[in-house]
Amino acid sequence: MGRYWRTLRRFWCTAVAVQLEYQVNVLIELLAVAMSLSGSLFLLSLFYGPEQTLGGWNWAQALMVQGLYTVFDGMATTWLRPNLGAIVTHVREGTLDFVLLKPIDSQFWLSLRTLSPAGLPEIGLGLGLLGWGSHQAGVVLTLPSLCTVLVMLLAGGLILYSLWFLIAATSIWFVKTWNATEVLRALLASGRYPLNAYPPALRLLFTLVLPVAFLTTVPAQVLLGEAAAPMLLAGLGLAVLFFAAARAFWLFALRFYTSASS
Amino acid sequence: MRICGLNRRIIRVLLGSQYAHMLEYRAEIALWALSGVLPFIMLSVWSGSDARSGLGLDGVALDRYFLSAFLVRQFSVVWVVYAFEEDALLGRLSPYLLQPLHPLWRYVAAHLGEQLTRLPFAALIAALFFAVQPQAFWLPSLGGLLLAWLATWMAFAIAFLFQSLIAALCFWSEKASALERLQFIPFLFLSGLLAPLTAFPPAVRAMSQWTPFPYLIDFPARVLAGQPVDLLAGFGAQLAWIALLLPLVLMIWRAGVRRYSAMGA
Repeated sequence: MGRYWRTLRRFWCTAVAVQLEYQVNVLIELLAVAMSLSGSLFLLSLFYGPEQTLGGWNWAQALMVQGLYTVFDGMATTWLRPNLGAIVTHVREGTLDFVLLKPIDSQFWLSLRTLSPAGLPEIGLGLGLLGWGSHQAGVVLTLPSLCTVLVMLLAGGLILYSLWFLIAATSIWFVKTWNATEVLRALLASGRYPLNAYPPALRLLFTLVLPVAFLTTVPAQVLLGEAAAPMLLAGLGLAVLFFAAARAFWLFALRFYTSASS
Repeated sequence: MRICGLNRRIIRVLLGSQYAHMLEYRAEIALWALSGVLPFIMLSVWSGSDARSGLGLDGVALDRYFLSAFLVRQFSVVWVVYAFEEDALLGRLSPYLLQPLHPLWRYVAAHLGEQLTRLPFAALIAALFFAVQPQAFWLPSLGGLLLAWLATWMAFAIAFLFQSLIAALCFWSEKASALERLQFIPFLFLSGLLAPLTAFPPAVRAMSQWTPFPYLIDFPARVLAGQPVDLLAGFGAQLAWIALLLPLVLMIWRAGVRRYSAMGA
């Protein structure tokens, strides 16, 4: 276990050192995040007028959902995209061989090898928006609700990672479908709005099949003190289930891996 | 006889080879088509929202608008900056520049080939949409369809020229594709892909009319959906943007090629 921690620290130190070489990128990223967030807020404001709500959520509450979405989007930029996006390249160029030969778990290596600090400002802004929205919505933070929200955020992160990894792992068979993650990203955009803003059939889809609800709506409900216990348990159950599925699928997929030249 | 370096044989060969090339990647293109579902997600949010009444799109008009926005987007997606960046980086650009044909034509043909490959997938998604929402089904009149087709192609031309401009900046800077990312954000919010322009506050709406973005999605989508729309103003604005961008692209491209030194030179 200690070996994995040490390796992880090395991985991330080198990743940050590499990224610091490209300082202009940080500026561009900041600008893109600021533009994107103001665009999202503008779009959200279109749904609100005097006396108007979105699926029963008022403006401040919807801001919390938007903030949580921004946090997860930043997490994807920082962690998921640079790591899981590289799996396809490893398969295509045959460099997955080198990963498999290393005396360390291949899923660990592929999932945590690098880190892109470019997404950190987005996470910061998202947390800020969440805090502001919570304040406006009159959220009273207690220790139990804070713990619950942290657990639910972890569960949400695990669900997102597992989904992304499942799709990335299919590249062992279909090398060319690297843009399948783009489809996932497009669908994840539904997490920008509270679950109740969608028609019932989609609500079911976003809860059970593609559990976007557990990323943004459920943590916001926890903060607002509206979350139902069965929903929390379902979120935790799904997180464990998805992670187990991702792990099992990776081990299964590796049995079909034939190196690039064979 | 060759016009702009093209004659009928060159056009046939370019389109034929690029279409065959794109057919090889049909699985990838199907996934790209599927990744354009955003208008449908926005449709489901809009149709249940209180703000819907302010859109001026009653009943099935909203469904038709967003389906049209999806279709217009499918046939005006442009990726020339990425293709160009890769070609320049790998040194493939040098042989292209030696040919007696403007390299941009090759990219135009690649885009048209891709659109043709995309057609069945886009039609399938549209059919699926009608299966779920049968009451929204409509067939545009032949004249309306032709006008919408023209508007979509003009939108494609504007997007293509705009991105070629950014691509030509690759001759000077490696950060050019970051510029593409930055311009994509206002496109996303101002084009009408996520919300019809009638939803905007009047000031924002008036401002957005001075950008090319509404003419990329909102205008062609309204024509396709059979909405009452000022055709003269719309096509006029599209033509004006093309007239502005085309000489600019050619000029910057020429200046860029002059300072281009191939890899290893």
